[in-house]
Amino acid sequence: MAKLNLVKALNLALMQEMQRDPDVLVIGEDVGVDGGVFRVTEDLHRTYGSKRVIDSPLAESAIIGTSVGMALYGLKPVCEIQFSGFAFQCFHQIENHAARYRNRSQGRFHVPMVMRMPYGGGVRALEHHSESEEQFYAHIPGLKMVIPSGPRNGRALLAAAIRDPDPVVFFEHKALYHAHKEDVPDEPETMDIGRAQVVSEGDDLTLVAWGGMLRVAREAAETLEQEDGVSCDVIDVLTIAPLDRETIVRSVSKTGRAVIVHEAPRSFGPGAEVAASIMDGAFLSLEAPIARVTTHDVPFPGFAREKANVPDVARVVGAARETLAF
Amino acid sequence: MPRTPLEPRFTVEYLSILDAEGNLDSALDPGLPGAELKRLYRAMLLARRLDERMVRLQRQGRTGTFAPIKGQEASQLGSVAVLRPTDWMVPSFRETASMIWRGWPIEKLLLFFAGHLEGGQPAPDQRDLPITIPVSTQLPHAVGLAYAAQYRDDDVVVMAYFGDGATSEGDFHEALNFAGVWHVPVVFVCQNNQWAISVPLKKQTNSKTIAQKALAYGLPGIQVDGNDVLAVYAASREAVERARAGEGPTLIECVTYRLGVHTTADDPTKYRTAEEVAEWERKDPLTRFAAYLKKKRLLEDGLEAQVDEEIAAAIARFEATAPADPLVMFDHVYAELPPELKAQRETLAETLRSGEPGRREKHEPSPPMRGQRSGRR
Repeated sequence: MAKLNLVKALNLALMQEMQRDPDVLVIGEDVGVDGGVFRVTEDLHRTYGSKRVIDSPLAESAIIGTSVGMALYGLKPVCEIQFSGFAFQCFHQIENHAARYRNRSQGRFHVPMVMRMPYGGGVRALEHHSESEEQFYAHIPGLKMVIPSGPRNGRALLAAAIRDPDPVVFFEHKALYHAHKEDVPDEPETMDIGRAQVVSEGDDLTLVAWGGMLRVAREAAETLEQEDGVSCDVIDVLTIAPLDRETIVRSVSKTGRAVIVHEAPRSFGPGAEVAASIMDGAFLSLEAPIARVTTHDVPFPGFAREKANVPDVARVVGAARETLAF
Repeated sequence: MPRTPLEPRFTVEYLSILDAEGNLDSALDPGLPGAELKRLYRAMLLARRLDERMVRLQRQGRTGTFAPIKGQEASQLGSVAVLRPTDWMVPSFRETASMIWRGWPIEKLLLFFAGHLEGGQPAPDQRDLPITIPVSTQLPHAVGLAYAAQYRDDDVVVMAYFGDGATSEGDFHEALNFAGVWHVPVVFVCQNNQWAISVPLKKQTNSKTIAQKALAYGLPGIQVDGNDVLAVYAASREAVERARAGEGPTLIECVTYRLGVHTTADDPTKYRTAEEVAEWERKDPLTRFAAYLKKKRLLEDGLEAQVDEEIAAAIARFEATAPADPLVMFDHVYAELPPELKAQRETLAETLRSGEPGRREKHEPSPPMRGQRSGRR
């Protein structure tokens, strides 16, 4: 057991999965000698060499496209797209091919690959380095979309994603990379993709969040407990697609109230799908309209205005109070 | 400081072996045995007859939109014929001849164009990717396959097909660049058929040849007469041998012509002249190869009837296929069906069982597609 931050925890998963399976390769821009711009792939190149840890030319579409080819051959590439904001240059390879080869070939081929992408704001970065756009991937049939919220589940979910027979888009929140350390077991550990976790329990309200917003939801829950005497279920979604509707519905059936927090823009965002799932499964238990706290439907406004855009504890607490007072 | 020319200097060659009358340049003869020449001609003829038949099937509403290959038989068969079954073939959407050579049953291709995904499923031991429709996006896959083969130290070459239009796409350039940097065993075969739907080559690129685009990526490029099956064969054999020997990728530009429509939804009289088509018809790859074989006394009698019979039998098998079971749409989305999809599948299954709304009546005709007759006969 070691205390690791998210960067080190993800690195541990990669190290161990490459050790475990010679078909696992890492490919991306600056992932080799440099160890990745966030150091997630540090030392992999030294340990496994340049055939397995590939410093690719600077071209997102071919990083994903060649990885699709490698996966069709039977390898298990782990691609790094340096920032999720650049993934639109490979979006067609993800949507048209990675997600579809199993179906197109009627099961003759499948594409076991992981597409790692740093995402999210709050790090005083420029446009294309601060967005949260998980909804695009969650909407694609054939793809899985995973977002860990900390070192331990980050490590376990990345290992699970690498072992998964289907393509997985794996978002890593940049603000979480060095945010905190957790005990991470030395022995390999995985978690089930497709399962949400109830990270704290309560009776009055359900807070649903993931990735960088989980911390905001947890702090909001603490504030509500201390200042209002309100107890919350806080759900860490972890897998955006396929969504664990059961865990969310079970919680809201108990509490009757839900606030969904996400960093993606509101309209047509993942919160809409979560809300629809609650309507389907817990309509008769609802005591108030489902609330969403999200970024606004604007392009990245620049980090000088970012604070007013990304959900914070005060906005979540405000939405929760309105919901509770309904 | 003076300007100094950089070495090496680049050249692009053009290769032609059989002229339009079927006369052989014997110095360049790839020296194929008679049986192989006969096999190639039979495959070209089968592809031509099938192509014409497939257009008619679409017009009759028995299949959907189809991209014919008429005129491109030599480009496809001259190249694919040099592969071993253990090599990989990566098609775009206009490679009927190459696919049949690689063992795709005709009825499977018909199924594909009739909207059944089962028609796109390669056999378990077949090293072909299914048809890829978005232009040029299959080229990085070919490079990835070649990288993987090299990584595993397998004796494998990958051949990838695309058209002249594809060379304007980013994926073409990214794929050639990666292939060059990685030095992987891949052969890029461009069927330059002069027209990307309605856009002629001169509006597609300002390069004099497509072959020369390889030079920018540090790989050899060669232009061949794509209507000359022997020239395509010779260039492809050389490229595949080079790839197999660890000498890296090659780009082959086959200069050919799409004699028919882009797809059955297209009307080429709108954008090109009858004179231009007639000029290319004089350079028909089948006519010249037949003339050459005739001189060599290798042309078989009754071949046309033979291939027609093979096609008719395949069409009969295609038409005997059971109707598509809608529930199969859930079978190959994920390795394991997630709960939500399981629920969607159950709902559809229930709807189908009860014959409730949402299910199209069995004999209700679909609206006609572009290029199809509006009434059923």
